[in-house]
Amino acid sequence: MPEPLLEVTDLTVDYQTEAGDVRAVDRVSLTVEPGEFIGIVGESGCGKSTLLFAVAQLTSPPAHVVGGKVLFLGRDMAEVGPDELRQMRWRDYSVVMQSAMNALNPMKSIGAQFKDAMQAHSEDSAEAIAQRSAEVLELVGIDAVHLKSYPHQLSGGMRQRSMIAMALLFTPRLVIMDEPTSALDVVAQRSLMTKIKDLQRSLGFAVVFVTHDMSVVSHYSDRVMVMYAGQAAEVARTEVIFERPLHPYSRGLMEAFPSVRGPRRALTGIPGRPPDLSHPPAGCRFHPRCPEVMPACLQREPELLPVGGAQVRCLLYESAKDGS
Amino acid sequence: MAITELGSGTAGDAPALDGGGRARPRRFLRAVFHNRKATAGVVILLIIVFVAAFPGLIAHKDPQAAIYPQNLGPSFDHLLGTTQLGQDVFAQLIYGTRLTLVVTLVVSAIATFLSMIIGVTAAYVGGLTDRALSVTTDIFLIIPVLPLLIVLASYLPPGTVSLIIVLCATSWAFQARQLRAQGLSIRNRDFLAAARARGERSMYVILVEIVPTMTSLLAASFLALAVYVVGFAAGLQFLGLGNSSQLMWGTMLYNAHQAGALEAGNAWWALAPGAAVAFLGAGFALVNYAFDEIGNPALRPVRRRRARASS
Amino acid sequence: MRFVSRRLVLFVLTLWAALTVNFIIPRVMPGNEAQAVLATYKGVNPAALHALEVEFGVNVHQNIVVAYLEYLRNSLTGQFGLDAQRVPVVSEIMSKLPWTLALVGVTTVIAFIIGTLAGIVSAWWRGSRLDGILPPFLFIVSTFPVFFVALLLIYVFAVVLNWLPIGSNYSIGATPSFSPSFIGDVLNHALLPAISLVVVTAGLWTYSMRNNMITTLAEDYVKMGRAKGLPTSRIMFDYAARNAILPNLTGFAMQLGYVLGGSILIEYTFSYPGLGYLFYTGTTNHDLPLMQGLFLFYTLAVLICVLIADFATAALDPRTREP
Repeated sequence: MPEPLLEVTDLTVDYQTEAGDVRAVDRVSLTVEPGEFIGIVGESGCGKSTLLFAVAQLTSPPAHVVGGKVLFLGRDMAEVGPDELRQMRWRDYSVVMQSAMNALNPMKSIGAQFKDAMQAHSEDSAEAIAQRSAEVLELVGIDAVHLKSYPHQLSGGMRQRSMIAMALLFTPRLVIMDEPTSALDVVAQRSLMTKIKDLQRSLGFAVVFVTHDMSVVSHYSDRVMVMYAGQAAEVARTEVIFERPLHPYSRGLMEAFPSVRGPRRALTGIPGRPPDLSHPPAGCRFHPRCPEVMPACLQREPELLPVGGAQVRCLLYESAKDGS
Repeated sequence: MAITELGSGTAGDAPALDGGGRARPRRFLRAVFHNRKATAGVVILLIIVFVAAFPGLIAHKDPQAAIYPQNLGPSFDHLLGTTQLGQDVFAQLIYGTRLTLVVTLVVSAIATFLSMIIGVTAAYVGGLTDRALSVTTDIFLIIPVLPLLIVLASYLPPGTVSLIIVLCATSWAFQARQLRAQGLSIRNRDFLAAARARGERSMYVILVEIVPTMTSLLAASFLALAVYVVGFAAGLQFLGLGNSSQLMWGTMLYNAHQAGALEAGNAWWALAPGAAVAFLGAGFALVNYAFDEIGNPALRPVRRRRARASS
Repeated sequence: MRFVSRRLVLFVLTLWAALTVNFIIPRVMPGNEAQAVLATYKGVNPAALHALEVEFGVNVHQNIVVAYLEYLRNSLTGQFGLDAQRVPVVSEIMSKLPWTLALVGVTTVIAFIIGTLAGIVSAWWRGSRLDGILPPFLFIVSTFPVFFVALLLIYVFAVVLNWLPIGSNYSIGATPSFSPSFIGDVLNHALLPAISLVVVTAGLWTYSMRNNMITTLAEDYVKMGRAKGLPTSRIMFDYAARNAILPNLTGFAMQLGYVLGGSILIEYTFSYPGLGYLFYTGTTNHDLPLMQGLFLFYTLAVLICVLIADFATAALDPRTREP
């Protein structure tokens, strides 16, 4: 079994505020094999973006990584010196952010921003850079003439795709994506996701894809992690979690996205709101909103335990952890 | 000079104040004292106010009495030396505080009030009035202030009242833009619609409904203006446009410079009033700087704490 | 293009406003200052005298609108009358202009560079000791009245240490020329005034630049720059500083009015015979034509700089180009 590409163990991130420290990510573990597509799903504020940036070593104050380990290609990222880290960036792993309008420098042309990245990590000549830039744009279906364009001159979909193209300049082993389709309309979303999946298959990079929209990952991911209130609630292969969601929260998420096909049923949501992470609920963090809450849930915080082929953090399964 | 908003251009037009700026005294006071700059500024201002209120407690000589030896340097008897006419400089500095402070506060208050009327009216009434007022404000912001002040002051008889008038006439534009921006942001709130529905007239709505919500911005504007006014008032008097027989720090500067104090051996006659102006200006500026930080959390000092060791 | 034309409109409007202010003040202010001044102008060039009479509304029995229009026409053709020394206002200004231009021009550039760099650096290392000391220090110094700094520097360096001259722009008795010794003399005299101006104005730029940088540094594209593994200096200057400065160039230009005011005080303090000192002598001589002419000139100077900043922004900021 080859070594996993990315191994995150018990990663913990706190935000230092005037009112005290808020734990945004609480002991989250994640493994990514080469070429795997992992989806991380959760409501706003569950810590998924914070997790992503922590993995990418992009955490900045007031957020601080206070615990856990991130092993990338076998290297402990905390031990990697700043110069080496800078070298690893973009070559070995790259990042795609949510809003290209904000993530692309408005004062530089697309080509100039590609060039920046290339010059930071290679000695290529200007022609080689231009050629590679055109190549990656073509991969995402954008004409190379737009290298001269400025971000505000492109449409939303084109901007997003150029960000993805930029992420692929060095064909990295891992691309981390933070809700890259959220700012797009449904049609553009679908076409972008298909394109991402195609590229992933042909170029072989792994993807960690964060979203609040279950349906987006359902067709494309190999495994899914459902996050709630800074913790991993359930982790399983996509088919498994969609077929038989174990955690009541995952079930709630599934049921909130009715299928176009199948019998009509009433739209259900998950009542209540995500907890305030500065004062999380006692015991299981989901218990105030859980339809299957038990008295024990208010007292004891469940551990993430293997159940069948999945991992679940729920007291419902504590006795059944050997797999029934 | 707190040119916070001028320099920060578009980004700074509408400062991010919490909850529309209704005063929350206790929490606010706590924030002020937590902030070292604010505390320093408040201390400075309190000292000045004390000196202005009770000059006799600090300086025991008559500032106008020209009975001492002329052009003395600093000594125990005359802490800051004497003037060309034989007056005690220290006494002059202390007694001059009151009028200087009063003029500063009066001008700041009037200018803030004018700024507010113009800014909020422009925001509330909108349309052509807004355009006209905004363009006028922009024009007065570009026109260099000291040249205009000098021209205006030359037509009026030299004196403190003239000083006040010309300073008010030129400083209203300084904060009008920020106040207008704040006015715009609350223009459509419900309580205003209620007032309009009651049939209240515009001026009433502006003064009674809108203005009270802007207290923190108004206080910040007052402070920013004060920094500005202290310097310009002294500058005008230094140039000779004040009334040199009225005892203020600026007129002391004029007299000292005209008498060549720096070279004559009683340099403190020229330096002390300047230092006092700097001191007062710094006091207002510190409190204003802290106001910016309190009102706009993004600017607050980032305390670097050591990250806990990872497990 | 629309952006540029809008700014040009503001330029013209402000210029018109300044001209109108000059026209209105003598007529609105109490007393008859203007009349008293012009009464002393006997036996001078009739055209110049008439121009002054129109500007100040003295002895002129014209309809005010007609007078206004004639005044505007005079102004646009450069006819500003004579000053108290019976020298044309325009030529008086032109003769003193180079001294002020040199002093203010050079010091503004230096102060801008120092101040902006200080702002960039302290924003980047936010929370460090540098950031805790440098910006508040520069900011507070910028609130010092410029003449205080000047007087202090004069006292320390000219009176006590006697390293530098006390005032004027060159030594008494020296004849102006382009010789190295004269230029050295000039620089010697300009040093203290220049330092005073730089010390006080640098703080202005620091404060605004730091605030702009802090806002810019929070932007996603800066984070993206880090994510791409770009060198720190690249991110600091190419991604953050450039984006912080460019949209605010006009704001910076507008602060020039304050710098010009400071230069007037500096020239007076150092008896440096530039336009600022001319302004001062104008006030002591009650030379209204000269003062109003100077006021217009200073306004025009600020307007030109603001316009240049506007054009630079339009040229350098890609967002002003059509999508």
